[in-house]
Amino acid sequence: MADKLPTKERIKIPRAAMPEQRADLRIANFREVNLGLETAAAEREAQRCLSCATPACVQGCPVGVKIKQFVDEVVAGEYLKAAATIREDNVLPAVTGRVCPQENQCEGACVMGKRMTSLAIGHLERFVADYERQTGQIGLPQRAASTGKKVAIIGSGPAGLSCAGDLALRGHDPTVFEALHEIGGVLIYGIPEFRLPKQIVRQEVDNMRLMGVKFVTNCVVGRTVTIDELMNEEGFDAVFIATGAGLPRFLNVPGEHLAGVYSANEYLTRVNLMRAYDADSHDSPIYDCRDRTVVVVGGGNTAMDSVRSAKRLGAKRAIIVYRRGPEQMPARAEEVHHARDEGIEFMTLTNPIEFLGDEQGRLRAMRCVKMELGEPDDSGRQSVSEISDSAFEMPIDVAIIAVGTGANPLVQSTTPELQTNTHGYIFADEQSLRTSKQGVFAGGDIVSGAATVILAMGAGRRAAAGIHDYLQSGNW
Amino acid sequence: MFPIVNAKFLARDVKQLEIHAPRIARKQLPGQFVILRLHEQGERIPLTIAASDPAAGTITIIVQGVGKTTRLLNRLEAGDPILDVVGPLGKPTDIENFGRVAIIGGGVGTAIALPVARALKAAGNHVIAIVGARTADLLILLDEMRQASNELHIMTDDGSAGDQGFVTTRLEAVMKRQPPLDRVVAIGPIPMMAAVSRTTRPAGIPTIVSLNPIMVDGTGMCGGCRVQVDGRAQFACVDGPEFDAHKVDFTILAQRNSMYHDHERASARKLDASPESELAKVRSACRLEAVCAPGPAECERLEKATAQSVSSACAVDARPGE
Ligand SMILES: Cc1cc2nc3c(=O)[nH]c(=O)nc-3n(C[C@H](O)[C@H](O)[C@H](O)COP(=O)(O)OP(=O)(O)OC[C@H]3O[C@@H](n4cnc5c(N)ncnc54)[C@H](O)[C@@H]3O)c2cc1C
Ligand SMILES: Cc1cc2nc3c(=O)[nH]c(=O)nc-3n(C[C@H](O)[C@H](O)[C@H](O)COP(=O)(O)OP(=O)(O)OC[C@H]3O[C@@H](n4cnc5c(N)ncnc54)[C@H](O)[C@@H]3O)c2cc1C
Ligand code: FES
Repeated sequence: MADKLPTKERIKIPRAAMPEQRADLRIANFREVNLGLETAAAEREAQRCLSCATPACVQGCPVGVKIKQFVDEVVAGEYLKAAATIREDNVLPAVTGRVCPQENQCEGACVMGKRMTSLAIGHLERFVADYERQTGQIGLPQRAASTGKKVAIIGSGPAGLSCAGDLALRGHDPTVFEALHEIGGVLIYGIPEFRLPKQIVRQEVDNMRLMGVKFVTNCVVGRTVTIDELMNEEGFDAVFIATGAGLPRFLNVPGEHLAGVYSANEYLTRVNLMRAYDADSHDSPIYDCRDRTVVVVGGGNTAMDSVRSAKRLGAKRAIIVYRRGPEQMPARAEEVHHARDEGIEFMTLTNPIEFLGDEQGRLRAMRCVKMELGEPDDSGRQSVSEISDSAFEMPIDVAIIAVGTGANPLVQSTTPELQTNTHGYIFADEQSLRTSKQGVFAGGDIVSGAATVILAMGAGRRAAAGIHDYLQSGNW
Repeated sequence: MFPIVNAKFLARDVKQLEIHAPRIARKQLPGQFVILRLHEQGERIPLTIAASDPAAGTITIIVQGVGKTTRLLNRLEAGDPILDVVGPLGKPTDIENFGRVAIIGGGVGTAIALPVARALKAAGNHVIAIVGARTADLLILLDEMRQASNELHIMTDDGSAGDQGFVTTRLEAVMKRQPPLDRVVAIGPIPMMAAVSRTTRPAGIPTIVSLNPIMVDGTGMCGGCRVQVDGRAQFACVDGPEFDAHKVDFTILAQRNSMYHDHERASARKLDASPESELAKVRSACRLEAVCAPGPAECERLEKATAQSVSSACAVDARPGE
């Protein structure tokens, strides 16, 4: 417990550095890279907050977490209270504290960032969430009296989970239907253990179970059961579709069929969901990366997760190939920084145009061209074009394609009244998240296209409010 | 958790398993498959639903023991649990009255062809079944196939049952008869399907094959199951598994299927060396698992964490049969 220091003392404190596993050691394991702030470091970091009258950080947060208030509570040593403050707006603080792109959100807006370095809000969020978890004193909120209304939630990613949690609190009876055998969506099958330990996700899911949320795994809505059947035969009063943007895109260049070419989704699913990194005890295979050259095409979080996984699976060279420049890479700054420390190579302004195989159909090389940046387009993004006669060939053993994902059409194609846009994403009202079909709501990546955990979570909570309104009023 | 209610060998290394999976049984159509996982450390493998009984809430799969997971599956008996079963996946077979249809089953492909034959016969087609195997004791489901077809032809490589020769030899003979065939459906090993495709292509007989690429999720999420059809990548788990044979690149399919060959051989050897520990993993699926959806590891954790409330927490998760 500490009093707040005078401003001129506060601004002298350097931003807390996140303790991490040494790069040369961590590239041989899948344990978490960031180790979390110690209590003293967290308190000192919290002291740096200038307590702005109108905190820009809160505006920078997609779900408006009361950052100033929780940071003050950290200064006061009231960590559980701080956690409860965050939970009012964000039900997965241990997750977002680890994976939010803070530099574009709260920390990007922090006034200190303009002159010095911004407050390490993400590190503090993680600190209080971990503290809460480690003490085992998660303040599960009180549930309202049962309304007897059943809601089906399709997909167990952050959107589905947060919606289910809020509905349970409001006294409704939510059931989450998940296609895979584990709950968590991208948090389980996509984001690797070294960035987000699965134990954290499982604990959040256990909390929800205790709050009365039911989970049905191994259920592909559209195949095992349809939305109409859920509503007409199984007695669900409303449905929330949160199926994410899980359809992998390929480059559509020659040779993508070769053995050794993966989508990032497949590669990460094998590594994370199927635990292929623990090959001694798990059955699912993955292409042997040991002492080989692995190339990952793309510059987002998915690309960083794939390339760093490949490094940990023993790749001799693990290389990012990205068609724009290093500044244009959409990945979180911390991921790029960690990747560099781990010896990941970056070939930017480079684009693969063909994969080449041997007689057995195994990948042996790729052909690339060099790219150059042009004028910014209407959206402010610089165009990029091929430099003529710049093609070159490079021997590689594994290629992982991480150039984005699209909407999986399974649910839409079996629910004819659902309106979708030209890319197949479901149309839903911004605020109420109502779709074109009565009683059916949608949110998260399946509405917005691939975005972020915090936005998906925010959508899930708005959906819960929208569903609650509908169930109370009966008006559509 | 999905209990096995019946299990019996149909031939050497080929076992028929009836599994309690009511939601799947209710929805299954010919041509669809399930993906299953035997224990917490197991892989996910696809298997066709050979039959289903919606009233009893069961589905039947017929499994040929070729590697670690299928051989482990074939060691299971009635009463054993299967941790995860998801389905029905894939597009159902096109069932119409086409006229005269030849259905060709090779090896365990006969099991996959059976529900298709039944449905086509019920739709009014004249069904000519041609089943083949290396040798007599690998032939399966002959009685069932006889019932599901108007004429049954049996071929073995060594002549130990039926006639000696390949299924394509007989197909060529059938193609010479009048009236001509309106459609051919071929399900079996890749070389067999490729040969059937070559046989029917010159005559332009529409030919359907059921492809068996390596799969993971079965929902279109990973793209690992992509096959080259008409020069374009298609995801067999959602766009298939049945495709126009004349447009399929079988060479690429065979190459992709041998991607993990070394790993597969090593795990099969490990299983054969000590099947007991693997069987124990399947059977130890905790009792709680029967009533709550999460894996046994999670149940245990739940149990420890909240000894009191666990039964109520899990009980609300109970859905009959899931
Ligand atoms: C590798 C990777 C790394 C990422 N890193 C970050 C990061 O660092 N920070 C960040 O903020 N964001 C990150 N993202 C993005 C973020 O994970 C997503 O925006 C977010 O998970 C979307 O949440 P969602 O709930 O909409 O969907 P998802 O998390 O995609 O969950 C959808 C769930 O629905 C299930 N489902 C789909 N169809 C059906 C069906 N028919 N029936 C039943 N279930 C179905 C799926 O199996 C899945 O479990 C990353 C994404 C990936 C792929
Ligand atoms: C749509 C579909 C339906 C099928 N139906 C049946 C069926 O009804 N009966 C039956 O006996 N077999 C069926 N198969 C094949 C069956 O899935 C494989 O034999 C099984 O996965 C082999 O696993 P294993 O561990 O026993 O052998 P492994 O030694 O791991 O593999 C043997 C071979 O099986 C293939 N294979 C391996 N892993 C997978 C995987 N995850 N997905 C698909 N193929 C894989 C590979 O080509 C491999 O070379 C079907 C396959 C598909 C795609
Ligand atoms: S099995 Fe993953 S997309 Fe088909």
